[in-house]
Amino acid sequence: MEIMVTGAAGTLAKHVIDQLRDAGHSVVACYFRDALELDNRERVTSYRVDITKRGFEDVFRNHKIKAVLHLGRITTTQDRLANRRYNANVMGTRKLLDLSRKYGVEQVLILSTYFVYGASAYNPALLDEEAPLKASVLDRNLVDMVELENLAHIYMFQYPELHVTILRPANIVGPHTQNGLSLQLSRSTTPYLVGFNPMMQFVQVEDMADAVVLAFKGNKPGIYNVAPEDWAGYQDALKMAGCATLPVPSIPPGLTNLIADLSPKVGLRAFPRYLVPYMKYPVVIDGTKFTKTFGWEPKYNIRESLAYYRDKKQFKKAS
Amino acid sequence: MGLQAKLLDTLVPADIKKRFDKVVKPVGDAGYDPWGFNIETAKASMATFRWVYEKYFRVQTSGIDNVPAQGRALVIANHAGQLPMDGVMIGMSIAMRDNNPRFARAMVERFFPTVPLLGNWLNSVGAVIGDPVNCEKMLDRDEVVIVFPEGVRGSGKMYKDAYQLKRFGNGFVRMAMQYGAPIIPVGVVGSEETMPAIANLKPVAKMLGVPYIPVAPPFPLPARMYLNYGEAISFPNDDASEEEVTERVEQVKAEIAKLIAKGLKERESIF
Repeated sequence: MEIMVTGAAGTLAKHVIDQLRDAGHSVVACYFRDALELDNRERVTSYRVDITKRGFEDVFRNHKIKAVLHLGRITTTQDRLANRRYNANVMGTRKLLDLSRKYGVEQVLILSTYFVYGASAYNPALLDEEAPLKASVLDRNLVDMVELENLAHIYMFQYPELHVTILRPANIVGPHTQNGLSLQLSRSTTPYLVGFNPMMQFVQVEDMADAVVLAFKGNKPGIYNVAPEDWAGYQDALKMAGCATLPVPSIPPGLTNLIADLSPKVGLRAFPRYLVPYMKYPVVIDGTKFTKTFGWEPKYNIRESLAYYRDKKQFKKAS
Repeated sequence: MGLQAKLLDTLVPADIKKRFDKVVKPVGDAGYDPWGFNIETAKASMATFRWVYEKYFRVQTSGIDNVPAQGRALVIANHAGQLPMDGVMIGMSIAMRDNNPRFARAMVERFFPTVPLLGNWLNSVGAVIGDPVNCEKMLDRDEVVIVFPEGVRGSGKMYKDAYQLKRFGNGFVRMAMQYGAPIIPVGVVGSEETMPAIANLKPVAKMLGVPYIPVAPPFPLPARMYLNYGEAISFPNDDASEEEVTERVEQVKAEIAKLIAKGLKERESIF
């Protein structure tokens, strides 16, 4: 009996794989990042494989996969083409779920994101898992995230034997995380929108790995928000991360989008356009259902999670 | 301590600091709660608004201790005066009372978050958009929540309709029933005179995406304000029909009308 982990080149998956190994599980690690070799340690078999291709099925043929932890995703920071991301993320996940059914996988965990709720001025705080997913109306770059969820919901209800669990974490931060927001925190000078300081939540990547492993062990299918009981405004978070802040006009809204679109053309990268609503309006999720169900206790508080970025900048300056 | 924090610290007088040292608010490590309430900004704002409360509107209250010392509650009031000055003053009165001061939360119009700076400031002092989910989660966390069931129908009305209660929404009674929260009615007098409006420029308001643009004084006038708090009203969490809930809403509305009449009687001069 083996556990498949996708996105194995990512830092979250690395932490998860370490924990699974330590607990005595055998892991089949799948990744698709260029120019990266994973070491085949004891009880870990790695494959560099495209999950949308036919060859992926061989991994299922060669191993007795009991559970799939689907942490892999082509992010907006890795591929700017929405169509390609859609194919990899949505169609790839469908293929993964179909193969899981075919080969009798008993448990599938899918990593989603709080971005699916969409940042809107009318959002109440502490969104429950039942709140509508409005991200795709904001920006077409977010469509694949919502569609991936919709797909997972279909499999969750149509094939209960797959025991599908969906996790929607807040911003995952910490060493080597490469998502849109963690990249903003890594910068020495980071833009913010004048007059907007939306509340944000952060999960340290090791805490998130704990959450994934707990959800895997608990095997209680369902949809769960994952966020600690800790909040900070975006501008406060940038300060805690040691970023110098750069004000960007927020009105008229068209001007902000123009800056986002034009800045890469003049050799700067202000921020991706899809982040604009999230830099303006809060998406605060209620993580109590997950905390209570699985007994998750994050080790890092918000200051500790963000201090990593500040320390890294200070170290860089000193050296 | 950063420069901003130091500045805030020097702005806040010692008595305000002392008063709120004991007020416990569930905030995270960064000093915020999920709605963006920030204890330091709230204290600094209190220091500024105390002058407005005591010297500008010269607020007088009665029955302020009807707001419970702890636990959830809904404070329900009439709404007037174009700007949410009545909400700010009700919040101030609960925070400035001698026994068990509390930071109340207020439900505000949905367009506020879209206004740069103002939206964030409102959040930091405890105001949030009037979404039922916000109200539920706040009552669940034992907050005092200020609600104006008339909404913009009340705040945006013309001065010729002063002190006539507009239609109340039913949501607040449903919420009180579901969460076992007592309703504390408040009659506000004086808010109508802070910004008497003679017309509403509807097309301009529509263009700007705001609820109304009144033809009124450009800033709030220094009208004396009277806040009369009534006895708490509780309703059972039964399977009441919408008709029965409407009756309960009318009961609260009648109580507020009485409290307004009391305030109007007490008032000796408008300014």
